[in-house]
Amino acid sequence: MAEKIEITDEWREVIGVESPPWTHEVTTTSVRSFARGVGYTDLVYFDEAAAKEAGYRSLPCPPTYLGTPIFIPGVSNDTFGGPKQSGPSIKHGLPNLLDGGTETDYHADICAGDTLTVTSAVSDLTVRRGRTTGDMLIITSETKVVNQDGELVATQRGQGIFY
Amino acid sequence: MPRIWDSFKEGDAIPELVKKPGVTQLVKYAAGGGDFNPLHHDFAFPQSKAIGSIIIHGRFKYASLGELVSNWLDHGGRIKNISCQYRGMDLPDQEMTLGGTVKRKWEEDGQKFAELELYVNNAKGKNTTPGTAIVCFTN
Repeated sequence: MAEKIEITDEWREVIGVESPPWTHEVTTTSVRSFARGVGYTDLVYFDEAAAKEAGYRSLPCPPTYLGTPIFIPGVSNDTFGGPKQSGPSIKHGLPNLLDGGTETDYHADICAGDTLTVTSAVSDLTVRRGRTTGDMLIITSETKVVNQDGELVATQRGQGIFY
Repeated sequence: MPRIWDSFKEGDAIPELVKKPGVTQLVKYAAGGGDFNPLHHDFAFPQSKAIGSIIIHGRFKYASLGELVSNWLDHGGRIKNISCQYRGMDLPDQEMTLGGTVKRKWEEDGQKFAELELYVNNAKGKNTTPGTAIVCFTN
């Protein structure tokens, strides 16, 4: 817990610095696995004929699913599957983390067979006073998702709340 | 039937989706979504012990709001934006009710849109995960 948090110039320098790109795969099996994990019964996410009838190239990504990061032992984060090193971090020393929220903008369909290149960067830093936690540092990260044709297909923003 | 823009009006409710995810469902979501944080499957994990239970992935609730909107839209268009905030923990084997209302519908550059306001109510009726979505219609 921190009584007062001051955003330093050193922290601000991290804003906008992009992580090295990481590949996410979207396959028929990965789409089914995600849809099954959420509990979908809509055949469009399971059956290719149903997906095509609904106007998709192949099984579409269910909303909020942006492919599965390629997993490489020792290189990937063992818990979340993404890269261990995902760009510069902010050395704030705050021990507690809450996930504040997630927002996704979609620009085009993402379907099985697509290979996505994903980069992320800190896009904003703000300090908010918590009721019981003292000052909280809110780090907004923006993730860009580009498909195999170089088209930006989705942008996702997430908020980490550190206190 | 794919939803069409003329079939609803502002203020309409979105049919609710009731879920009661158990541990097995959360394990399936961990595999599909790729989040193996033990807080979502291991009761012996220190953070789970401190809380007294494992908790549902925030992203499971976010994806479930996606399912709610996808079911309503039935591929009669595309979701352009979907967001939620994680305001409270949800525990497994408890009923959660997802729903929403049409906040606004409008036309812009010849395209038809609707904005939805979404909720995930826990068994006590508290909205733990408020959200919004913007949908663009084909017809």
